[in-house]
Formats: sequence, structure tokens, C-alpha cells
Amino acid sequence: MMKLYSENASVKEQPKQETVQYLLSYSKQLRIVKTNKKQYIELHLN
Amino acid sequence: MRSTKISDAILVSNYINGSERSLEVLIQRHQQRIFSFIFSKVLDREIAEDIFQDTFIKVIKTLKKGNYNEEGKFLPWIMRIAHNLVIDYFRKNKRIPTFKNKDDFDIFSVISDEKLNIENELIKNQILNDVKELVFELPEDQKEVLLMRIYKDMSFKEIAENTNVSINTALGRMRYALINLRKLIEKHKIILVN
Repeated sequence: MMKLYSENASVKEQPKQETVQYLLSYSKQLRIVKTNKKQYIELHLN
Repeated sequence: MRSTKISDAILVSNYINGSERSLEVLIQRHQQRIFSFIFSKVLDREIAEDIFQDTFIKVIKTLKKGNYNEEGKFLPWIMRIAHNLVIDYFRKNKRIPTFKNKDDFDIFSVISDEKLNIENELIKNQILNDVKELVFELPEDQKEVLLMRIYKDMSFKEIAENTNVSINTALGRMRYALINLRKLIEKHKIILVN
């Protein structure tokens, strides 16, 4: 068995609120349009 | 008043249909578990924040593209994304050993029997499923030997008797099965670590 990481299962941490807020804003601004060539265009709207 | 908890599957479905509030609930519900998992691996808060952010950006993009098809398995799916991003981080920083394609490399050595925490257990189950799927892509004679040896724990003598071949042939088939599994892992770009 390869040990890749140290064991630390009891850690309980939260991300910063600003990180979560960024993700929510990112999601609201993101529009993804599927083209007829099975490709996607990402639109970031403000 | 009794409050009912909306399932992840419904929240995902609502989000795909345009409910941004559903994403907020999903993040709130799982942020501690996912962030703690990432932080427990990288042991650096800023890096953990970055990986957490990248994880959800992948989730958002996948959901908005309509490419999510694991209804009911949202948390294992997102944990797998986080796990892969952690691996990417370590690879970029060369902080973990990488697998080399040597003849003595045993694909099954990456699967541990030791006591696992819940995140590792999720990842281990997914790795086991990945390996099983790969095994079924092998040629029939190699697959047969590998299943008997690994999953049924049969000796090569028993395998030889059951398949009506010599022990050397059984050994050879096992060797080619492992070689071909390595090729399949490369072909499918699968990360098998825990």
C-alpha cells in the first residue's frame, strides 16, 4: 500500500465565507451554451 | 414544527433547472466535509481554499452542461473530484511518488485493507469499481485467470487445473492481464490511488 498522505481524519474545518460567496456569484454569472458541434461555450455574465 | 430535508438528488435537479438557491444549500450541507477532507490532505488553509473552489467550479460547470448522471450519489461524486484535484496538486508539486510501469508493479497494491475513514472508504469503493470495469475489458482468458487469482484467491495450481492449462500458461496469462490493465489505465487516464 502506498501511503500518499498523512492521516488526519478528525479535522473539521470550514471554507471562508468569501470563497462560498464567490462560488455562488460564479454560478449565477455562468451561462453554458451547447453548440451544434457538441462543444460548449461558457459565458460569464455580469 | 418538523422540517423536511430535501435530498441532494432533488437539489441537484432543481439547480440544473435554474434554482441557484439549491446550489447554496448543497454547498452549505457539504462544505465542512469536503473542505475538511481537502485540508486534511494538503494541511494548508489557502491551498485548501483554492482546491475547494476548483472542486465546486468543476461541479457547477458539469451540472450546467447537463453532464451529471450520478443521481443519488452527489457526495461521492464531489469527493472524487476533490480527491483528484488534491492528487493534481501533489503531482504538480512533486510531493508524492508516481506509479512507474515496471513489471513488478501490482495494480492491486494500491488497494488497502487498513481501517479507513469515510472519505477514504468512498474513494476506495470508486477505485474498486474502476478496477472491476477495467478487468472486464481484458481478453477472456486473461480475465478468467485474474478473477480467479485476485477475487477468488485461488492458487496458480488450482487455476491451471480449472482452466485446463499448465501452471506456466496460467502465470503467463496473469502477467499479460496485469500488463494490459496498466495499458487500460493509461488509455482511460484513470487515477488509482488512495
